[in-house]
Amino acid sequence: MKLSHACVSVICAAAISGSVSAEDKVLNIYNWSDYISPGAVKKFEKETGIKVNYDVYDSNEALEAKLMAGSSGYDLVFPSNSFFERQVKVGVYQEIDKSKLSNYHNIDQSLTDKIKNQDIGNKHNVPYTWGTVGIGYNVDMVKKRLGPNFKLDSLDVLFKPEVAAKLQDCGIAVLDSPSEVMSIVNNYIGEDPNSESLSDLKASAKVLASARPYYKYFHSSKYISDLANGDICVALGYNGDILQAKARAKEAGQGVNIAYSIPKEGTVMWFDLMAIPKDAPHPKAAMKYINYILRGDVAASLSNYIFYAVPNTAAMPMLDADVSENKGIYPTQAVKDKLFIQVAHTSKFDRSLTRTWSNIKTGR
Amino acid sequence: MSDFTPPQGLPSKGKPSRLVRLWTRLRTINMGRSAVITIPSLWLGIFFFIPFLVVFKISLSESAIAIPPYTAMFAWNPEDAYLTIKASFSNYLFLFQNDFYLDAYLSSIRIAAVSTFFTLIIGFPIAYMIARSKPTMRTLLLSLVILPFWTSFLLRVYAWIALLKKNGVINEFLMSSGLIDHPLIMLQTNFSVYLGIVYTYLPFMILPLYTTLEKMDITLLEASEDLGAKPYQTFFLVTLPLAVPGIVAGCLLVFIPAVGEFVIPSLLGGSNTLMIGRVLWDEFFLNRDWPMASAVAIVMLVLLVGPIMFMRSRSKREEV
Repeated sequence: MKLSHACVSVICAAAISGSVSAEDKVLNIYNWSDYISPGAVKKFEKETGIKVNYDVYDSNEALEAKLMAGSSGYDLVFPSNSFFERQVKVGVYQEIDKSKLSNYHNIDQSLTDKIKNQDIGNKHNVPYTWGTVGIGYNVDMVKKRLGPNFKLDSLDVLFKPEVAAKLQDCGIAVLDSPSEVMSIVNNYIGEDPNSESLSDLKASAKVLASARPYYKYFHSSKYISDLANGDICVALGYNGDILQAKARAKEAGQGVNIAYSIPKEGTVMWFDLMAIPKDAPHPKAAMKYINYILRGDVAASLSNYIFYAVPNTAAMPMLDADVSENKGIYPTQAVKDKLFIQVAHTSKFDRSLTRTWSNIKTGR
Repeated sequence: MSDFTPPQGLPSKGKPSRLVRLWTRLRTINMGRSAVITIPSLWLGIFFFIPFLVVFKISLSESAIAIPPYTAMFAWNPEDAYLTIKASFSNYLFLFQNDFYLDAYLSSIRIAAVSTFFTLIIGFPIAYMIARSKPTMRTLLLSLVILPFWTSFLLRVYAWIALLKKNGVINEFLMSSGLIDHPLIMLQTNFSVYLGIVYTYLPFMILPLYTTLEKMDITLLEASEDLGAKPYQTFFLVTLPLAVPGIVAGCLLVFIPAVGEFVIPSLLGGSNTLMIGRVLWDEFFLNRDWPMASAVAIVMLVLLVGPIMFMRSRSKREEV
């Protein structure tokens, strides 16, 4: 009896304290894995007294499935722009009142303007990071096979069968992301990257299929460790991931030298955004976290650690030199002008795209 | 489970009290039995049948850009108390018209069948050896079979990656011992998928085989030998037929989960390994087409359950 009594009072106490402080004192974050500088969350907890529950995912698809099922229980999520575009149409997210974010003025407007059509007026998002999809390569392995004077700045190395064939033995990996890769191929063959025409899809599929025999695999994260270990020599992947591989290889000290290049033909520019689900239990705490991330010092330490660019003007002077001067992270304006934004496709086109992609992958 | 009605037309005059007694006894037995059966039936109902119905219901809707991302099946109009039920079979039609899915099913079944075969070939001698070893040794050997389960399945699969990869342990050893000049490509091939499945599911083959082999009457083997059978004849004519229940159980335990396997092919397999688990993933996550994914799952279930029910009913008939 005593025990049950104690239990009841504990539950009551929890319920009461919950109703008083739950709104402000807890924050459920769902972010990409390895996507925050160490200590940043602890610092936030210390400054605000909010307890952060931090979960991670490794694909936009996983996040989307959770959001679409409803009542995910998360207060802050980090979707990529093309996925976000579709989700915001469904009404997954709530509006973010920018006037309540004292650090919002740090955001580089010239960058956010690029995605203002995906979320009219950027009402539901605050950008977290941005980056490109490009070519990561093992400098020595590629030089050995393509000659010491070969300049790896073109997608030919991935999409021209005669070039890819020379690299088959050391291993080529391609991002397992149909929409991103197909938009890059569309752009490579001179078509609209976001084209939904089936003839464009067919033409791009033909280019990929011709080089497919020389690819080792399609995967969206395996290439990081494989590049670092020298198991593959070329990867079409995310810039920050490839630069993380470079850093890892350097640490391992096995003489593996990785480099990243943004293809001269142009490539996808993506944004990962901070957004608050409509049914978020603690939206106020989420706003505090967004404002914290927008602080120059926090954004700078984030960029220094994950090797992705932050669209934050206040962070720029605080960046490490090897990050701010790295043209793979912060490209020049001329390179930036060649980048394109990938938009969400209709369900009908997605179906054709996925089918085409499966056929390419399985070599059918 | 249905009520037992007293046999009619039996000569009831004479000793009705005995019949009544028999009847009550039968009834109590039935009650006890149904009580025992209730718990597993409830379990099956809640965790298998209801989810199955939910998935089936989703498979009859159409994908939509909404939360949840499919159309509602029932629409209730309170004004005129009109219930509309909308069921679309287009997903199933599409499934059967498109040979991509058939290829995926066939390829999954082939991979599962080949792996099951090798699991049996490797598992049988192990189970046989354990069953024939000294009773004190048996416990130790059995625990060795089960021991790997104590570490995470994912870790064990990742360990295979470290062994098989181009500059992995096996290649390094073979290269340094001078047996090969170039590293063998083992990872991201169908070979590594087979290896992964056989390795992971081996205990599921060994354990049922062991129980049947251990129960086997040794005197039968002696009798066979006394009657002049050579060892291999004894094996094929006595041991093997007696082990059939264990073989069937083991094969089913390996084959069924192997068909739907997703983790092993995605970690160890190459991009050209086509399996239905991957197709399901693509439908669900890439196309965001939950109804289609549900239809793929339902068809897979029917394809698997059908033959199993058939085999079970046949083996029952044989027992009778």
